[in-house]
This record gives sequence, C-alpha cells and structure tokens, in this order.
Amino acid sequence: MRIRITFSKTGALCYIGHLDLQTIWERSARRADLPLAYSQGFHPQPKINIASALPLGFSSRCEMVDLRLKEDVDLDALPQRLQTAMPSGIGILKVENVDESLPALQTQIVSAEYEVTLTEAVDRSVLKRKIDELLANESLPRERRGKTYDLRPLIENLDAISKDKIHMRLSAREGATGRPDEVLDALGVPLEQTRVERTRLIFR
Amino acid sequence: MFTSEHIESQLDKILLQVQKPGRYVGGELNIVVKDWDQVQTKVALVFPDIYDIGVSNVGLKILYDEINQREDALAERAYAPWTDMDALMREHGIPLYSLESKRPLSGFDLIGFSLPYETLYTNTLNILDLSGIPVRSADRGESHPIIIAGGHAATNPEPMHAFIDAFVIGEGEEVIHEILDVVQRRKTQNTSREETLLALAKIRGVYVPKYYHVEYMDDGTVANVTTLREEVANPVIKRIVAQLPLPPIKFIVPNIEVVHNRVSVEIMRGCTRGCRFCQAGMITRPVRERSVDEIVDAAEAAINATGFEELALLSLSSSDFTYVVELVNKVSKRFKGRKLTISLPSLRIESVSVDLMDKLREHYSGGFTLAPEAATERMRRIINKFIPDEDIINTTREIYRRGWTTIKLYFMIGHPSETLEDVQAIADLCKRVIHEGRKVAGMKVKLHAGVSTFVPKPQTPFQWVSVDTRESIIAKQDLLKRELKDRNIKLSWTEPNDTLLEAWLSRGDRRLAEVIYTAWKSGAKFDAWGDQMKYDVWMAAFEEHGLDPSFYTHRQRRTDEIFPWDHISAAVRKNFLFQDFRQSLEGKIRVDCRLNCFACGILPTFSNLRRENPGEVWKCPEVKSPARNNQASVISNQLPVVGD
Repeated sequence: MRIRITFSKTGALCYIGHLDLQTIWERSARRADLPLAYSQGFHPQPKINIASALPLGFSSRCEMVDLRLKEDVDLDALPQRLQTAMPSGIGILKVENVDESLPALQTQIVSAEYEVTLTEAVDRSVLKRKIDELLANESLPRERRGKTYDLRPLIENLDAISKDKIHMRLSAREGATGRPDEVLDALGVPLEQTRVERTRLIFR
Repeated sequence: MFTSEHIESQLDKILLQVQKPGRYVGGELNIVVKDWDQVQTKVALVFPDIYDIGVSNVGLKILYDEINQREDALAERAYAPWTDMDALMREHGIPLYSLESKRPLSGFDLIGFSLPYETLYTNTLNILDLSGIPVRSADRGESHPIIIAGGHAATNPEPMHAFIDAFVIGEGEEVIHEILDVVQRRKTQNTSREETLLALAKIRGVYVPKYYHVEYMDDGTVANVTTLREEVANPVIKRIVAQLPLPPIKFIVPNIEVVHNRVSVEIMRGCTRGCRFCQAGMITRPVRERSVDEIVDAAEAAINATGFEELALLSLSSSDFTYVVELVNKVSKRFKGRKLTISLPSLRIESVSVDLMDKLREHYSGGFTLAPEAATERMRRIINKFIPDEDIINTTREIYRRGWTTIKLYFMIGHPSETLEDVQAIADLCKRVIHEGRKVAGMKVKLHAGVSTFVPKPQTPFQWVSVDTRESIIAKQDLLKRELKDRNIKLSWTEPNDTLLEAWLSRGDRRLAEVIYTAWKSGAKFDAWGDQMKYDVWMAAFEEHGLDPSFYTHRQRRTDEIFPWDHISAAVRKNFLFQDFRQSLEGKIRVDCRLNCFACGILPTFSNLRRENPGEVWKCPEVKSPARNNQASVISNQLPVVGD
C-alpha cells in the first residue's frame, strides 16, 4: 500500500531540515505502528519519500510525503492515528491512497507557491515597481554556495498582493528549484523582516 | 523581564544564521509544557554542553519526570548554546531561555546543573552569565534563582564552591523533592534567600559551601574544614535511593540528529568489581538491580513511545547483572523482527559475553567493545582489574570467529607506577589479538585501541597518587603510535593538555574557583571539546592567582593529608580507600565484593535503608546486627594467575 500524506510544518519544525524530517517521519510511523516497507540490501531503509525540500526557516501548509506499507491499513482512522504520533509542528491535513505504480513523488512536482508576509509594512507601489524591474530582466545571475545560477527562469510568478504580502510561484523541478529567500534578496527585502509560507505544490 | 513572545521573535531573526538551529527551538515529542501561571515552582534543568550531547542525558530525564509529576512544580530544559549562537544571543541581547516555554532562565525559581564531568565548569559560568544571573553565589540576591548542581563531578564540589549555591551529593530522585519543598517556601512563606540556603543545607546530602570554612597549611594543603553553622553536616554524606524507581519511558525525541538517538534503560546501579581507578565504581555503591521484567517492559514501552531505533541497556558492568542471560533472552524475544539496535555495553572479557552478544545478533550493528585497561599482570594487580592475557585472546578470537570484524579495546596509560614496558605490553597485546584474529577470520579483522590517560579521581583508592607527567604521557603515546602502525589497527588517545585540565579541575580546592573564573573571563569555554580548549588561557589564569597547577596534579600526597573533598562523603570510608591503596602498592587483588564484603562503609552508613530493603535487590550482604566486622579480608592468594 502506498499512502500520500499532506501535512503542515509550523513552529519549531520550521527550523528542522529535510534529512531530519525524514527521520521524524520514520519514527512517527513507528510510533503509529504503521507496517513500513523497507528497501532490500545490507542497510534496509524505510520507503519514505518527501515531495520537496522546504528551505530552513519557512513554514508550510502543503508538504507531502509518500509512505510505502507492507500491508493495507484502515485509511479512515489514519489521520488521527498519525497526528497523535507526530511532534507538535506537524499537522496531518490529508491522507490518501495512491497508485503504487506512479512515479516517485519528488519527480512529479514542478512548481511551488509561497506567500511572504512582511512584518514591517512597505509602500506597495514601491514594492510593485521593484518586482516589475526584477521581472523585466532576462536573466538574474546569482551566486549561492559558490555556484552561479540564473534565478530569472525559476520565477514563474511574482506579485505584491497587498501592502504586506507577496505571492510567488517558483520552479520546483529536481535540479531547478527556486528559493524564496533568493527572490526576496534580489528584491532587496531583508529576510528577517518576513515570514514565508509554502502554500501549494504543483504537480506536472 | 523578557517574555516568551519577545524571545521567540528575536530568535526568528538569528536562527537562520547559526548551524543546526533545531538545537534552539524545542518542540520535541514527549516534552512537558505546563501552564506557567498555574504552577508555583519553576525549575530549569541545565546540561552545560550542547543540545546534541545533553538532550539524551538520563540523569536529567529522571529529574525532569520527578519534578513534572508534581502538580505544584514544573521542569523545563536548557543547554549550552554553541559559540555561534552564544555570540548572536549576546549581540541581540537575548538571555538564555528554556526550550519548553522560551522563558529566560532568570525567571525560574531553581536552576539545576548536571555536572557529570569537570570540563563543564566554564560552560556553567557562561550559562549563568548568559542568563543575566550573577556568576558568583555571593552576588545573588532575593530576585535570583537558587542555583544547584549535582552529578559525578560534585564528588569534589570545591572548585565550583563560589558559583553554585547548593550541591546535591549522590542520587537525586528523592532529594529533589525535599529541595523543591524548601524552595517553594520562598513563595508561600516569603522566606529569604539566606533562610532558604540554610534550610537546604539541613537536608541530608545537600552541601551549601557558604556554611563551611576551609583553612590551609603553609604548604597549600587543607588544614581543616569547619562548619559555620552548627546545624549543617560535616561530612555531607551522599544520598541514595534504596530501590531504583521505575525507569523513564517517555524519552524526549529530538527533531535533529544528536549523539545518542536512543532509549536508555539503566539495568542496575553501582558496581562490585572494585577497580581502583574507577570513580563511578566507588561512588555509586551499593549495587541495586532492576528486575528483568521491569527492564524489558520499560524498554518496550519506551521504544513504542519514542520510535527510536536503538535501545541501550546501561550499567557499569553488564556481565555482573545477576540475570543477564535471562535479560538478553527476553529482550531478543520481545523485539524479534523489529528494526532495532540493542547495545549492552561493559561486558566482561569472557566467552559468555560473546554468547550474549550472539543472541542479540539480529539487533546488533558495529563492533564489539571490551575494556582490559592494562596489559601486564603487575599493572592489572595494581588497578584491581585482573584479566589474564589468555582470556583476552580467547575471547577476541571467538568474537572474530563468529563474524564480528571490528573489536574495540579500551586501555588506560598513566596508572600508578606504570613503565614503558607496561605500555609496550599494550601494543604487543593488540598485535597478538589481530594476529590470532587473522588465523580464524582472515585479513579483514580490525582492531580499535582506545588508549585514554588515567586521572586519579577523588574518593577512589588512587586519590593519593599523582598524575603522570606530560613528558611521560607523551613518551608512552609515542611508543604506541610507533608500535601500532598496522593498517588494521586504529589507535586513539587523549591529548595530554586535556588530561591535565581534567586533573586540575577534579582534584582542585576552593582556590581553584578563581582560576576557573579568570579562565572563563578570558574566553575558556567548551573545555571538553579538544579544539576549543585554550590551554594558554588556563596557564595564564593559574599564574594570575599565584597557583602552581602541578600542586594539584604532580605532588606526592602525604598519607595523612586532608583532601579538599574530605568533608564530602560517598559513604565509602577514607580508611577503606587507603587500605585498598596499600593493597594496590603490594599488587594485591580484591575480589568482587559480592563474594566477600570488604567493609567499604556503605552498609553502616545506610544500615537502616538496608534493613528496610532486605533480599537480593542490593548485592551487599544483609545487615543482621548493629555490630559489624571492620576487618577487611584479603583473599588475593586464591585468585587465578596467568597460566593457571
């Protein structure tokens, strides 16, 4: 059985990285007494696939993970069963059964949407102008961890939706993932004056 | 006063700038968060090293549960922020806060430090300072929390006497409640800080340094220790629990990778082996065991409550647990087919141990660890850990034969009267272990020799001996490095500077407090972290206070010397320790004291407890009459020697 769980990540969990989240799922599944399926080989690993790494410090209301189970479980009881086993900061939003033969979850995600809340209000027209200027560029060469890349093609949508909110849709394909903090930096918005939430993962 | 909202919003500004921000946010599974305003007495439990090390500490977990089970009290946790976080917190004016409710430590009523080892002293000062609490006890007033500390380092509390208001000597499970009751009166009856400290000092097992006065001789040794209030005890005798209470179940599950991701169940406390170098073996007496069912049930409940992938069955000497075979059988049956690593450390060097580990095979990963400690018969007699070479060879050969490829052997250099020949024997033994292993398991066999350097600890038979000199330590380590060049032998050792610092801090007197203070002021922190230890800073601090570090470590002690820690008692008599030291000089062995009581002092000290708890829970003989036999018998002649 392959189940797909949609979950939120908030509070202290925002500061927990992707690899640690993998372990959290593993332990939580064990606490919920789910019959996790393991890989073959010398060091069997549980078959847990998280859709897309969420950069550290951001919250989300749309994270997804696929768990493969050795045997079928009662889907209706699962949300409650999982929620009681999770650390605070992870909220179980939806549990569904998915076709075993579908490709791996991470390969199906193409984009992600983010909502940025500005903790210190700015002039919306100034922000809009900055966004327009940014989007007018054909390329936005940037450097991250010693590697240069082009941010512009990773921005699919960028808009100031109110005086304290920015909406963005960024590419989230494997090997071509846009980071909201990079966009904010390019806009000249200090990261510490924002709260970023991932709001939607978009499938191919 | 900072509110938790204020601290949280400040944290959001800096957490992305530090490595592993998950250390500083809390929110783990199984934490207890009570309604702050509804609970009277608030306790912050602090492990003064980083989260990654402290979060799995079992001692603090026990106290966390004990306190949180009370309706009138709450316990929260804090750890030492790593240097990057420390700098940012100071820059942004964020005080150290508890992980549960993000409240500043200065807002708690009681702060309890765990001090399992001495190299945490500078961190302790730093944490007080980062919390905005005066570092010195004498500078604290009515508005400040009471600062207590406990753990093995409290065996000699004197170097920290100026900074800790009260030390708990011995086991904390019961005494913590008595302490809480006293601290609570600060609120219910408005007692003053002074009244509170005096009330604490009257609790059995609690040492409040300010009520004791130390006079020194001209040569710097202690002349005498007197009490300044007649109500306080001298000596302060450690507390114990007669029976181990139920083990913790709901271990805190960290959200980040830490050093020990595991459930730990203490299977017994104390050790009857009497190894003379071992402080834990001397100060955790008597041996008290848990029942097999209690252990297995607790382990299962804890694994279910945490989802951890590892179970550690802890004790000082697993092989000596009376029902170890039954325990291993039950554990392997109970967890059969579950993906779980089970560790059973501190096994004796004998074939039975290999059988035990074999039964846990399904649950085992990694190597097999044994601790011969020394490699010549003379040395083994001196330290009272007598394992013939043949037992070591036969056991290690059997381990390799059954398919383990890596064995870790622990040794110590710097034992009293050790020579280069004794160290050469360590190298020879390692080579022989590998050689014999290859015969049964081929060229793939590996050996890890962990060779630490001995520090003579307070309250042990070796408290009279001096620490090996730097030159001698280096010569011995060089010999090992030269001799153990086989690519299948890995050698690890302790840097001499780390050993010397540990020795000064563990053997120091009250005058060392100023050295610690100055070293911390000059930047000493995280002394247990080799790369952080600032040797020059410590040397300058000694010099500034006109103290010679070698006074503490490289001096022949008079047999009648009053040690700085003599007014603190682990209930093991000094006279017993001295006799045992004498036996050591004569190369005489004392057997496991379950076989023959050597009258260490535990039974007369705790005779009432023993009478109330008869039977096999304790491994000491029953207390039958008030009269006791002070004659320690020595039966070394009956012991097997090499070749027997």
